[in-house]
Amino acid sequence: MASVVVRDYIIPANDFTIAGEASSNVRKILSQLGVAPNIVKRTSIAMYEAEINAVIHGNGGRAHVEIDENKIVITISDQGPGIEDLELAMQEGYSTAPDSIREMGFGAGMGLSNMKKNSDILDIKTAVNEGTTVMITVFFK
Amino acid sequence: MEQYYFHSVTLDKIKCKGCTNCIKYCPTEAIRVRNGKAVIIKERCIDCGVCIRICPYHAKKAVTDPLDSIKNFSYKIALPAPTLYGQFGPGFSRERIVLALKRFGFDYVFEVARAAEIVTNATKSFMSNEEIKKPVISSACPAVVRFIQIRFPNLIDNLLRIESPMEVAAALSRQEVNEKYGIPLEEIGVFFISPCAAKVTSVKAPYENRVSNVDGVLSIKDIFLPLLDIMKKQGKITTEPFSLSSAIGVSWAMTGGESSAFKDGRRIAVHGIHNVNDILEEAVKGNLDSIDFIEALACPEGCLGGPLVVENPFIAKVNLNNEIEKIKMNQAHSVPQKHKDVKELEWKSTVEYRPILKLDDDMMKALEKMNMIDQITESFPGLDCGACGAPSCRALAEDIVRENAKETDCIFKLREKVNSIAHQLHQIDTTGSMNDDNQ
Repeated sequence: MASVVVRDYIIPANDFTIAGEASSNVRKILSQLGVAPNIVKRTSIAMYEAEINAVIHGNGGRAHVEIDENKIVITISDQGPGIEDLELAMQEGYSTAPDSIREMGFGAGMGLSNMKKNSDILDIKTAVNEGTTVMITVFFK
Repeated sequence: MEQYYFHSVTLDKIKCKGCTNCIKYCPTEAIRVRNGKAVIIKERCIDCGVCIRICPYHAKKAVTDPLDSIKNFSYKIALPAPTLYGQFGPGFSRERIVLALKRFGFDYVFEVARAAEIVTNATKSFMSNEEIKKPVISSACPAVVRFIQIRFPNLIDNLLRIESPMEVAAALSRQEVNEKYGIPLEEIGVFFISPCAAKVTSVKAPYENRVSNVDGVLSIKDIFLPLLDIMKKQGKITTEPFSLSSAIGVSWAMTGGESSAFKDGRRIAVHGIHNVNDILEEAVKGNLDSIDFIEALACPEGCLGGPLVVENPFIAKVNLNNEIEKIKMNQAHSVPQKHKDVKELEWKSTVEYRPILKLDDDMMKALEKMNMIDQITESFPGLDCGACGAPSCRALAEDIVRENAKETDCIFKLREKVNSIAHQLHQIDTTGSMNDDNQ
Protein backbone atom coordinates (compact mmCIF):
# COMPACT_ATOMS: atom_id res chain seq x y z
CA MET A 1 0.00 0.00 0.00
CA ALA A 2 1.54 3.27 -1.16
CA SER A 3 2.20 6.01 1.32
CA VAL A 4 1.33 8.79 -1.07
CA VAL A 5 -2.14 10.23 -1.50
CA VAL A 6 -2.84 11.63 -4.95
CA ARG A 7 -5.72 13.82 -6.05
CA ASP A 8 -6.60 15.39 -9.39
CA TYR A 9 -9.11 18.21 -9.75
CA ILE A 10 -10.54 20.10 -12.69
CA ILE A 11 -10.73 23.84 -12.17
CA PRO A 12 -13.60 25.25 -14.19
CA ALA A 13 -13.20 28.49 -16.10
CA ASN A 14 -15.01 31.53 -14.74
CA ASP A 15 -17.23 29.62 -12.31
CA PHE A 16 -16.89 31.48 -9.02
CA THR A 17 -19.51 29.53 -7.16
CA ILE A 18 -17.39 26.42 -7.09
CA ALA A 19 -14.00 28.06 -7.25
CA GLY A 20 -12.21 27.04 -4.11
CA GLU A 21 -13.73 23.56 -3.91
CA ALA A 22 -10.44 21.87 -4.66
CA SER A 23 -8.55 23.71 -1.91
CA SER A 24 -11.47 23.06 0.48
CA ASN A 25 -11.23 19.37 -0.29
CA VAL A 26 -7.47 19.34 0.25
CA ARG A 27 -7.98 21.10 3.58
CA LYS A 28 -10.25 18.29 4.77
CA ILE A 29 -7.78 15.65 3.63
CA LEU A 30 -4.90 17.29 5.46
CA SER A 31 -6.99 17.51 8.66
CA GLN A 32 -7.78 13.82 8.41
CA LEU A 33 -4.08 13.10 7.97
CA GLY A 34 -3.37 14.97 11.20
CA VAL A 35 -1.39 17.85 9.72
CA ALA A 36 -1.08 20.79 12.16
CA PRO A 37 -3.79 23.44 11.71
CA ASN A 38 -1.39 26.29 10.94
CA ILE A 39 0.20 24.29 8.11
CA VAL A 40 -3.23 23.32 6.80
CA LYS A 41 -4.04 27.03 6.75
CA ARG A 42 -0.91 27.98 4.79
CA THR A 43 -1.49 25.23 2.26
CA SER A 44 -5.10 26.09 1.71
CA ILE A 45 -4.36 29.80 1.25
CA ALA A 46 -1.58 29.13 -1.25
CA MET A 47 -3.67 26.60 -3.16
CA TYR A 48 -6.77 28.79 -3.12
CA GLU A 49 -4.85 31.71 -4.65
CA ALA A 50 -3.54 29.47 -7.41
CA GLU A 51 -7.01 28.06 -8.00
CA ILE A 52 -8.58 31.51 -8.28
CA ASN A 53 -5.85 32.64 -10.67
CA ALA A 54 -6.62 29.70 -12.92
CA VAL A 55 -10.29 30.70 -12.86
CA ILE A 56 -9.82 34.43 -13.39
CA HIS A 57 -6.86 34.54 -15.72
CA GLY A 58 -6.16 31.04 -16.95
CA ASN A 59 -9.54 30.11 -18.39
CA GLY A 60 -9.70 27.12 -16.09
CA GLY A 61 -7.15 24.39 -15.55
CA ARG A 62 -6.14 21.31 -13.60
CA ALA A 63 -4.80 20.71 -10.15
CA HIS A 64 -2.61 17.72 -9.29
CA VAL A 65 -1.90 17.11 -5.61
CA GLU A 66 0.57 14.67 -4.07
CA ILE A 67 0.86 14.17 -0.32
CA ASP A 68 3.53 12.10 1.36
CA GLU A 69 4.66 11.93 4.95
CA ASN A 70 6.83 15.03 4.70
CA LYS A 71 5.13 17.41 2.34
CA ILE A 72 2.37 18.30 -0.03
CA VAL A 73 3.09 19.28 -3.63
CA ILE A 74 0.35 21.06 -5.57
CA THR A 75 0.69 21.60 -9.29
CA ILE A 76 -1.89 23.86 -10.93
CA SER A 77 -1.66 24.32 -14.66
CA ASP A 78 -3.71 26.16 -17.24
CA GLN A 79 -3.64 26.76 -20.99
CA GLY A 80 -4.39 30.44 -20.61
CA PRO A 81 -2.58 33.56 -21.85
CA GLY A 82 0.48 33.14 -19.62
CA ILE A 83 2.15 35.85 -17.54
CA GLU A 84 4.01 38.45 -19.56
CA ASP A 85 6.14 39.93 -16.78
CA LEU A 86 6.47 37.56 -13.83
CA GLU A 87 8.42 39.94 -11.63
CA LEU A 88 5.76 42.63 -12.05
CA ALA A 89 2.99 40.14 -11.40
CA MET A 90 4.60 39.11 -8.10
CA GLN A 91 4.37 42.69 -6.80
CA GLU A 92 1.67 43.31 -4.24
CA GLY A 93 -1.20 45.30 -5.67
CA TYR A 94 -0.36 44.70 -9.32
CA SER A 95 -3.26 43.07 -11.14
CA THR A 96 -4.30 42.43 -14.70
CA ALA A 97 -7.80 41.38 -13.71
CA PRO A 98 -10.61 42.93 -15.80
CA ASP A 99 -13.10 45.30 -14.13
CA SER A 100 -15.85 42.70 -14.02
CA ILE A 101 -13.64 40.56 -11.79
CA ARG A 102 -12.66 43.43 -9.53
CA GLU A 103 -16.31 44.29 -9.04
CA MET A 104 -16.78 40.86 -7.52
CA GLY A 105 -14.09 41.53 -4.98
CA PHE A 106 -11.31 39.55 -6.63
CA GLY A 107 -8.26 40.80 -8.50
CA ALA A 108 -6.72 42.84 -5.70
CA GLY A 109 -3.26 41.92 -6.93
CA MET A 110 -2.27 39.99 -3.80
CA GLY A 111 -2.59 36.45 -5.15
CA LEU A 112 0.96 35.65 -6.16
CA SER A 113 2.54 37.32 -3.14
CA ASN A 114 0.13 35.51 -0.81
CA MET A 115 1.05 32.29 -2.56
CA LYS A 116 4.73 32.97 -2.03
CA LYS A 117 4.27 33.88 1.64
CA ASN A 118 2.36 30.70 2.34
CA SER A 119 4.46 28.15 0.51
CA ASP A 120 7.91 26.79 1.28
CA ILE A 121 8.85 26.37 -2.38
CA LEU A 122 7.07 28.17 -5.22
CA ASP A 123 7.93 27.38 -8.81
CA ILE A 124 6.21 29.18 -11.68
CA LYS A 125 6.64 28.28 -15.34
CA THR A 126 4.90 30.52 -17.80
CA ALA A 127 5.14 31.90 -21.31
CA VAL A 128 2.89 34.21 -23.30
CA ASN A 129 0.14 32.22 -25.08
CA GLU A 130 1.51 28.99 -23.70
CA GLY A 131 -0.23 28.85 -20.33
CA THR A 132 1.04 28.83 -16.75
CA THR A 133 2.05 26.07 -14.36
CA VAL A 134 2.43 26.81 -10.65
CA MET A 135 4.06 24.28 -8.32
CA ILE A 136 3.57 24.85 -4.57
CA THR A 137 5.41 22.80 -1.96
CA VAL A 138 4.61 22.98 1.76
CA PHE A 139 6.51 20.93 4.33
CA PHE A 140 4.75 19.49 7.33
CA LYS A 141 7.48 20.15 9.88
CA MET B 1 -6.06 12.20 27.77
CA GLU B 2 -9.15 11.83 29.94
CA GLN B 3 -12.16 13.11 28.15
CA TYR B 4 -15.49 13.50 29.83
CA TYR B 5 -18.00 12.90 27.09
CA PHE B 6 -21.28 13.89 28.71
CA HIS B 7 -23.79 14.89 26.09
CA SER B 8 -27.20 16.34 26.61
CA VAL B 9 -28.35 15.04 23.23
CA THR B 10 -29.23 11.37 23.65
CA LEU B 11 -31.30 8.61 22.11
CA ASP B 12 -34.44 6.98 23.42
CA LYS B 13 -33.75 3.48 22.07
CA ILE B 14 -37.32 2.34 22.46
CA LYS B 15 -38.67 5.02 20.15
CA CYS B 16 -35.86 4.71 17.59
CA LYS B 17 -36.91 2.82 14.46
CA GLY B 18 -33.48 2.88 12.80
CA CYS B 19 -34.93 4.92 9.93
CA THR B 20 -31.61 6.69 9.04
CA ASN B 21 -33.10 10.19 8.71
CA CYS B 22 -30.81 11.66 11.35
CA ILE B 23 -27.52 10.32 9.98
CA LYS B 24 -27.67 12.56 6.92
CA TYR B 25 -28.32 15.83 8.75
CA CYS B 26 -25.70 15.61 11.44
CA PRO B 27 -23.11 18.33 10.69
CA THR B 28 -20.21 16.28 12.04
CA GLU B 29 -21.40 12.87 10.74
CA ALA B 30 -21.62 11.75 14.37
CA ILE B 31 -24.53 9.32 13.97
CA ARG B 32 -24.62 5.77 12.67
CA VAL B 33 -27.39 3.21 12.61
CA ARG B 34 -26.17 -0.15 13.91
CA ASN B 35 -28.35 -3.19 14.59
CA GLY B 36 -31.42 -1.17 13.78
CA LYS B 37 -30.79 1.64 16.27
CA ALA B 38 -29.10 5.01 16.02
CA VAL B 39 -25.79 5.39 17.80
CA ILE B 40 -24.14 8.75 18.53
CA ILE B 41 -20.34 8.89 18.27
CA LYS B 42 -19.58 10.86 21.40
CA GLU B 43 -16.33 12.47 20.31
CA ARG B 44 -18.00 13.98 17.26
CA CYS B 45 -21.29 15.19 18.76
CA ILE B 46 -21.53 18.93 19.29
CA ASP B 47 -25.04 18.89 20.87
CA CYS B 48 -26.44 21.12 18.14
CA GLY B 49 -29.82 19.36 18.31
CA VAL B 50 -30.39 19.03 14.55
CA CYS B 51 -31.15 15.34 15.04
CA ILE B 52 -33.71 16.18 17.74
CA ARG B 53 -35.55 18.39 15.28
CA ILE B 54 -35.33 15.93 12.39
CA CYS B 55 -36.30 12.67 14.08
CA PRO B 56 -39.81 11.72 12.93
CA TYR B 57 -40.30 9.42 15.92
CA HIS B 58 -39.10 11.89 18.55
CA ALA B 59 -36.50 9.40 19.61
CA LYS B 60 -33.77 12.00 20.01
CA LYS B 61 -33.99 14.20 23.04
CA ALA B 62 -32.04 16.48 25.32
CA VAL B 63 -31.26 15.49 28.88
CA THR B 64 -31.78 18.34 31.33
CA ASP B 65 -32.06 18.56 35.10
CA PRO B 66 -35.47 17.64 36.53
CA LEU B 67 -37.51 20.50 38.01
CA ASP B 68 -37.23 18.87 41.45
CA SER B 69 -33.47 19.27 41.46
CA ILE B 70 -33.86 22.87 42.66
CA LYS B 71 -34.83 21.40 46.04
CA ASN B 72 -31.21 20.38 46.57
CA PHE B 73 -30.43 23.95 47.56
CA SER B 74 -31.94 26.06 50.30
CA TYR B 75 -31.64 29.30 48.30
CA LYS B 76 -32.63 29.04 44.66
CA ILE B 77 -31.79 31.50 41.88
CA ALA B 78 -33.48 31.36 38.47
CA LEU B 79 -31.69 32.60 35.35
CA PRO B 80 -34.36 32.81 32.66
CA ALA B 81 -33.02 32.91 29.11
CA PRO B 82 -34.72 35.76 27.19
CA THR B 83 -36.20 33.07 24.94
CA LEU B 84 -38.59 32.31 27.82
CA TYR B 85 -40.31 35.68 27.36
CA GLY B 86 -41.40 34.72 23.85
CA GLN B 87 -43.08 31.45 24.80
CA PHE B 88 -46.34 32.65 26.32
CA GLY B 89 -48.08 35.18 24.10
CA PRO B 90 -49.59 38.65 24.52
CA GLY B 91 -50.63 39.51 28.05
CA PHE B 92 -47.79 37.52 29.53
CA SER B 93 -45.25 40.23 30.24
CA ARG B 94 -41.74 39.72 31.52
CA GLU B 95 -42.91 40.95 34.91
CA ARG B 96 -45.63 38.36 35.04
CA ILE B 97 -43.23 35.59 34.08
CA VAL B 98 -40.63 36.66 36.65
CA LEU B 99 -43.28 36.74 39.40
CA ALA B 100 -44.45 33.29 38.36
CA LEU B 101 -40.88 32.00 38.67
CA LYS B 102 -40.87 33.22 42.26
CA ARG B 103 -44.20 31.53 42.90
CA PHE B 104 -42.77 28.36 41.40
CA GLY B 105 -40.17 28.19 44.11
CA PHE B 106 -37.27 30.42 43.20
CA ASP B 107 -36.05 32.90 45.80
CA TYR B 108 -34.37 35.22 43.32
CA VAL B 109 -34.57 35.84 39.61
CA PHE B 110 -31.68 37.32 37.63
CA GLU B 111 -32.61 37.93 34.00
CA VAL B 112 -29.99 36.60 31.61
CA ALA B 113 -30.91 39.49 29.31
CA ARG B 114 -29.30 41.83 31.87
CA ALA B 115 -26.09 39.86 31.65
CA ALA B 116 -26.34 39.91 27.86
CA GLU B 117 -26.22 43.70 27.98
CA ILE B 118 -23.11 43.56 30.16
CA VAL B 119 -21.47 41.16 27.71
CA THR B 120 -22.44 43.44 24.80
CA ASN B 121 -20.73 46.40 26.50
CA ALA B 122 -17.64 44.34 27.22
CA THR B 123 -17.60 43.13 23.62
CA LYS B 124 -17.76 46.69 22.27
CA SER B 125 -14.82 47.53 24.47
CA PHE B 126 -12.95 44.45 23.24
CA MET B 127 -13.69 45.22 19.57
CA SER B 128 -12.44 48.78 19.85
CA ASN B 129 -8.94 47.35 20.17
CA GLU B 130 -7.30 47.70 16.76
CA GLU B 131 -5.14 44.62 17.17
CA ILE B 132 -7.77 41.92 17.47
CA LYS B 133 -8.05 39.23 14.86
CA LYS B 134 -11.00 39.80 12.55
CA PRO B 135 -13.63 38.60 11.90
CA VAL B 136 -14.46 38.14 15.59
CA ILE B 137 -16.75 35.14 16.03
CA SER B 138 -19.26 35.14 18.87
CA SER B 139 -18.78 32.35 21.40
CA ALA B 140 -22.32 32.53 22.80
CA CYS B 141 -23.51 29.37 21.03
CA PRO B 142 -21.72 26.38 22.61
CA ALA B 143 -22.57 24.14 19.65
CA VAL B 144 -20.78 26.54 17.31
CA VAL B 145 -17.74 26.70 19.59
CA ARG B 146 -17.52 22.90 19.62
CA PHE B 147 -18.02 22.83 15.87
CA ILE B 148 -15.07 25.18 15.45
CA GLN B 149 -12.92 23.07 17.81
CA ILE B 150 -13.50 20.04 15.60
CA ARG B 151 -13.85 21.38 12.06
CA PHE B 152 -12.30 24.85 11.98
CA PRO B 153 -9.38 24.94 14.43
CA ASN B 154 -7.84 27.85 12.53
CA LEU B 155 -10.75 29.99 13.68
CA ILE B 156 -10.26 29.26 17.38
CA ASP B 157 -8.22 32.45 17.71
CA ASN B 158 -11.11 34.44 16.20
CA LEU B 159 -13.52 33.41 18.94
CA LEU B 160 -14.70 36.19 21.25
CA ARG B 161 -13.00 35.28 24.51
CA ILE B 162 -15.68 36.65 26.77
CA GLU B 163 -17.88 34.58 29.09
CA SER B 164 -21.42 33.86 27.93
CA PRO B 165 -24.37 35.79 29.39
CA MET B 166 -25.46 32.63 31.23
CA GLU B 167 -22.13 32.33 33.06
CA VAL B 168 -21.96 36.07 33.77
CA ALA B 169 -25.52 36.00 35.15
CA ALA B 170 -24.67 33.04 37.36
CA ALA B 171 -21.56 34.68 38.82
CA LEU B 172 -23.23 38.06 39.35
CA SER B 173 -26.41 36.72 40.89
CA ARG B 174 -24.57 34.50 43.31
CA GLN B 175 -22.42 37.42 44.37
CA GLU B 176 -25.42 39.77 44.64
CA VAL B 177 -27.39 37.38 46.83
CA ASN B 178 -24.42 36.63 49.04
CA GLU B 179 -23.62 40.32 49.53
CA LYS B 180 -27.16 41.68 49.84
CA TYR B 181 -28.75 38.93 51.91
CA GLY B 182 -25.78 37.23 53.50
CA ILE B 183 -26.69 33.77 52.18
CA PRO B 184 -23.62 31.48 52.28
CA LEU B 185 -22.36 30.63 48.82
CA GLU B 186 -22.68 26.82 49.23
CA GLU B 187 -26.37 27.11 49.98
CA ILE B 188 -27.15 28.93 46.75
CA GLY B 189 -28.32 26.92 43.77
CA VAL B 190 -28.20 28.71 40.42
CA PHE B 191 -30.41 27.32 37.65
CA PHE B 192 -30.49 28.33 34.00
CA ILE B 193 -33.87 28.03 32.26
CA SER B 194 -32.85 26.93 28.82
CA PRO B 195 -34.04 26.58 25.22
CA CYS B 196 -30.79 24.78 24.46
CA ALA B 197 -29.24 21.33 24.83
CA ALA B 198 -25.71 22.56 24.17
CA LYS B 199 -25.94 24.83 27.22
CA VAL B 200 -26.62 21.78 29.41
CA THR B 201 -23.45 20.17 28.09
CA SER B 202 -21.48 23.39 28.63
CA VAL B 203 -22.47 23.29 32.31
CA LYS B 204 -21.88 19.58 32.94
CA ALA B 205 -18.83 19.15 30.69
CA PRO B 206 -17.38 22.64 30.22
CA TYR B 207 -14.60 23.57 27.81
CA GLU B 208 -11.06 22.78 28.86
CA ASN B 209 -9.91 23.92 32.31
CA ARG B 210 -13.20 25.41 33.33
CA VAL B 211 -15.84 25.05 35.96
CA SER B 212 -19.29 26.38 35.30
CA ASN B 213 -20.88 28.95 37.63
CA VAL B 214 -24.24 27.26 37.07
CA ASP B 215 -25.56 24.40 39.23
CA GLY B 216 -28.28 23.04 36.98
CA VAL B 217 -30.17 23.57 33.73
CA LEU B 218 -33.95 23.29 33.50
CA SER B 219 -35.62 23.05 30.11
CA ILE B 220 -38.24 25.54 28.98
CA LYS B 221 -40.30 22.53 27.90
CA ASP B 222 -40.50 21.25 31.47
CA ILE B 223 -41.25 24.53 33.21
CA PHE B 224 -43.70 25.94 30.67
CA LEU B 225 -46.92 24.34 31.91
CA PRO B 226 -46.24 24.88 35.62
CA LEU B 227 -45.50 28.56 34.92
CA LEU B 228 -48.59 28.96 32.71
CA ASP B 229 -50.70 27.38 35.42
CA ILE B 230 -49.33 29.76 38.05
CA MET B 231 -49.87 32.79 35.82
CA LYS B 232 -53.45 31.83 35.05
CA LYS B 233 -54.16 31.45 38.75
CA GLN B 234 -52.35 34.69 39.56
CA GLY B 235 -54.45 36.60 37.05
CA LYS B 236 -53.27 39.81 35.49
CA ILE B 237 -50.93 41.76 37.66
CA THR B 238 -50.84 45.48 38.08
CA THR B 239 -47.36 46.48 38.88
CA GLU B 240 -44.86 48.99 37.70
CA PRO B 241 -42.54 47.42 35.18
CA PHE B 242 -39.62 46.21 37.24
CA SER B 243 -37.85 44.06 34.72
CA LEU B 244 -34.28 45.18 34.34
CA SER B 245 -33.60 43.62 30.98
CA SER B 246 -32.67 45.90 28.12
CA ALA B 247 -33.87 45.82 24.52
CA ILE B 248 -30.48 44.60 23.38
CA GLY B 249 -30.34 41.93 26.08
CA VAL B 250 -33.76 40.52 25.23
CA SER B 251 -33.01 40.55 21.51
CA TRP B 252 -30.11 38.13 21.98
CA ALA B 253 -32.73 35.37 21.80
CA MET B 254 -33.21 36.14 18.11
CA THR B 255 -30.75 35.92 15.24
CA GLY B 256 -29.26 39.36 14.73
CA GLY B 257 -29.88 40.46 18.31
CA GLU B 258 -26.35 40.10 19.59
CA SER B 259 -24.77 41.69 16.54
CA SER B 260 -27.28 44.57 16.37
CA ALA B 261 -25.25 46.25 19.08
CA PHE B 262 -22.42 46.89 16.64
CA LYS B 263 -24.23 49.31 14.39
CA ASP B 264 -21.11 50.87 12.99
CA GLY B 265 -19.40 47.68 12.03
CA ARG B 266 -19.71 45.16 9.23
CA ARG B 267 -21.48 42.24 10.83
CA ILE B 268 -22.98 38.95 9.74
CA ALA B 269 -25.71 37.10 11.64
CA VAL B 270 -26.19 33.51 10.53
CA HIS B 271 -28.38 30.73 11.89
CA GLY B 272 -28.73 27.01 11.20
CA ILE B 273 -25.63 24.86 11.64
CA HIS B 274 -25.29 24.14 7.91
CA ASN B 275 -25.37 27.87 7.11
CA VAL B 276 -22.85 28.42 9.87
CA ASN B 277 -20.66 25.80 8.18
CA ASP B 278 -20.81 27.68 4.87
CA ILE B 279 -19.93 31.01 6.47
CA LEU B 280 -17.04 29.50 8.42
CA GLU B 281 -15.72 27.93 5.20
CA GLU B 282 -15.61 31.42 3.70
CA ALA B 283 -13.90 32.77 6.83
CA VAL B 284 -11.21 30.10 6.68
CA LYS B 285 -10.48 30.94 3.03
CA GLY B 286 -9.89 34.52 4.08
CA ASN B 287 -12.91 35.90 2.20
CA LEU B 288 -14.40 37.54 5.30
CA ASP B 289 -11.43 39.60 6.43
CA SER B 290 -13.41 42.82 5.92
CA ILE B 291 -16.09 41.62 8.34
CA ASP B 292 -15.85 42.78 11.96
CA PHE B 293 -18.23 40.43 13.75
CA ILE B 294 -19.94 37.13 13.04
CA GLU B 295 -22.90 36.07 15.14
CA ALA B 296 -23.29 32.35 14.48
CA LEU B 297 -26.15 30.34 15.96
CA ALA B 298 -26.73 26.63 15.42
CA CYS B 299 -30.54 26.81 15.59
CA PRO B 300 -32.90 28.23 12.96
CA GLU B 301 -34.10 31.67 14.18
CA GLY B 302 -31.44 31.58 16.88
CA CYS B 303 -32.19 30.49 20.44
CA LEU B 304 -35.92 30.91 19.78
CA GLY B 305 -35.55 27.83 17.59
CA GLY B 306 -33.73 25.75 20.19
CA PRO B 307 -34.67 22.09 20.76
CA LEU B 308 -36.21 22.80 24.17
CA VAL B 309 -38.69 25.54 23.27
CA VAL B 310 -42.44 25.22 23.28
CA GLU B 311 -43.63 27.97 20.97
CA ASN B 312 -43.07 28.15 17.22
CA PRO B 313 -40.03 30.43 16.76
CA PHE B 314 -41.78 32.77 14.32
CA ILE B 315 -44.60 33.34 16.79
CA ALA B 316 -42.15 33.66 19.65
CA LYS B 317 -40.41 36.40 17.65
CA VAL B 318 -43.62 38.42 17.57
CA ASN B 319 -44.02 38.03 21.33
CA LEU B 320 -40.45 39.01 21.93
CA ASN B 321 -40.57 42.06 19.68
CA ASN B 322 -43.63 43.12 21.63
CA GLU B 323 -41.65 43.02 24.85
CA ILE B 324 -38.78 44.90 23.22
CA GLU B 325 -41.15 47.68 22.14
CA LYS B 326 -42.38 47.96 25.71
CA ILE B 327 -38.81 48.28 26.95
CA LYS B 328 -38.08 51.04 24.47
CA MET B 329 -41.19 52.91 25.53
CA ASN B 330 -40.34 52.65 29.19
CA GLN B 331 -36.81 53.95 28.92
CA ALA B 332 -37.32 55.93 32.09
CA HIS B 333 -37.53 52.71 34.10
CA SER B 334 -34.58 50.96 32.64
CA VAL B 335 -31.45 50.98 34.68
CA PRO B 336 -28.29 50.82 32.64
CA GLN B 337 -26.12 47.94 33.73
CA LYS B 338 -22.92 48.60 35.61
CA HIS B 339 -20.09 48.33 33.15
CA LYS B 340 -17.82 45.48 33.97
CA ASP B 341 -14.20 45.61 33.08
CA VAL B 342 -13.50 43.44 30.04
CA LYS B 343 -10.69 41.78 31.96
CA GLU B 344 -13.15 40.41 34.52
CA LEU B 345 -15.25 38.75 31.86
CA GLU B 346 -12.49 37.40 29.65
CA TRP B 347 -11.84 33.71 29.26
CA LYS B 348 -8.99 32.56 31.45
CA SER B 349 -7.85 30.03 28.88
CA THR B 350 -8.62 29.25 25.28
CA VAL B 351 -10.44 26.26 23.83
CA GLU B 352 -8.40 23.53 22.24
CA TYR B 353 -8.33 21.89 18.84
CA ARG B 354 -10.06 18.52 18.98
CA PRO B 355 -8.51 16.47 16.17
CA ILE B 356 -11.07 13.67 16.31
CA LEU B 357 -11.22 13.47 12.53
CA LYS B 358 -7.58 12.36 12.38
CA LEU B 359 -7.10 8.87 10.92
CA ASP B 360 -3.91 8.03 12.79
CA ASP B 361 -1.23 9.71 14.88
CA ASP B 362 1.41 8.27 12.58
CA MET B 363 1.46 10.14 9.27
CA MET B 364 2.58 7.09 7.24
CA LYS B 365 -0.27 5.02 8.60
CA ALA B 366 -2.70 7.88 8.05
CA LEU B 367 -1.66 8.07 4.37
CA GLU B 368 -2.12 4.32 3.96
CA LYS B 369 -5.51 4.46 5.60
CA MET B 370 -6.58 7.30 3.32
CA ASN B 371 -5.60 5.25 0.28
CA MET B 372 -7.55 2.30 1.64
CA ILE B 373 -10.58 4.53 2.15
CA ASP B 374 -10.25 5.70 -1.47
CA GLN B 375 -10.06 2.12 -2.73
CA ILE B 376 -13.00 0.89 -0.71
CA THR B 377 -15.12 3.91 -1.67
CA GLU B 378 -14.43 3.17 -5.34
CA SER B 379 -15.88 -0.30 -4.93
CA PHE B 380 -19.17 1.03 -3.54
CA PRO B 381 -22.04 2.11 -5.83
CA GLY B 382 -21.83 5.76 -4.66
CA LEU B 383 -25.54 6.17 -3.89
CA ASP B 384 -25.02 7.43 -0.32
CA CYS B 385 -28.27 5.60 0.41
CA GLY B 386 -27.66 5.25 4.15
CA ALA B 387 -28.86 1.64 4.28
CA CYS B 388 -25.56 0.62 5.85
CA GLY B 389 -26.19 3.10 8.63
CA ALA B 390 -23.47 5.53 7.57
CA PRO B 391 -24.25 8.91 5.98
CA SER B 392 -22.32 8.24 2.76
CA CYS B 393 -20.39 5.55 0.93
CA ARG B 394 -17.17 7.30 1.86
CA ALA B 395 -18.20 7.45 5.52
CA LEU B 396 -18.75 3.67 5.50
CA ALA B 397 -15.34 3.19 3.90
CA GLU B 398 -13.83 5.29 6.69
CA ASP B 399 -15.73 3.28 9.32
CA ILE B 400 -14.34 0.08 7.80
CA VAL B 401 -10.79 1.40 7.89
CA ARG B 402 -11.33 2.52 11.50
CA GLU B 403 -12.54 -1.05 12.14
CA ASN B 404 -16.03 0.00 13.15
CA ALA B 405 -17.89 -1.64 10.26
CA LYS B 406 -17.51 -4.29 7.57
CA GLU B 407 -17.87 -4.29 3.79
CA THR B 408 -21.01 -6.37 3.77
CA ASP B 409 -22.80 -3.72 5.82
CA CYS B 410 -23.33 -2.30 2.35
CA ILE B 411 -26.35 -4.15 1.03
CA PHE B 412 -25.11 -3.83 -2.56
CA LYS B 413 -21.86 -5.53 -1.64
CA LEU B 414 -23.80 -8.17 0.25
CA ARG B 415 -25.99 -8.74 -2.79
CA GLU B 416 -22.91 -9.07 -5.01
CA LYS B 417 -21.47 -11.69 -2.66
CA VAL B 418 -24.72 -13.60 -2.45
CA ASN B 419 -25.03 -13.60 -6.26
CA SER B 420 -21.49 -14.84 -6.56
CA ILE B 421 -22.11 -17.66 -4.09
CA ALA B 422 -25.38 -18.55 -5.84
CA HIS B 423 -23.55 -18.66 -9.15
CA GLN B 424 -20.87 -20.96 -7.74
CA LEU B 425 -23.51 -23.27 -6.28
CA HIS B 426 -25.24 -23.37 -9.67
CA GLN B 427 -21.95 -24.28 -11.33
CA ILE B 428 -21.43 -27.16 -8.93
CA ASP B 429 -24.94 -28.38 -9.51
CA THR B 430 -24.97 -28.25 -13.31
CA THR B 431 -21.41 -28.94 -14.36
CA GLY B 432 -20.16 -30.76 -11.30
CA SER B 433 -17.28 -28.35 -11.37
CA MET B 434 -16.45 -25.65 -8.90
CA ASN B 435 -14.75 -23.57 -11.59
CA ASP B 436 -16.29 -20.50 -13.01
CA ASP B 437 -15.52 -21.18 -16.68
CA ASN B 438 -18.49 -21.81 -18.96
CA GLN B 439 -17.39 -24.71 -21.04
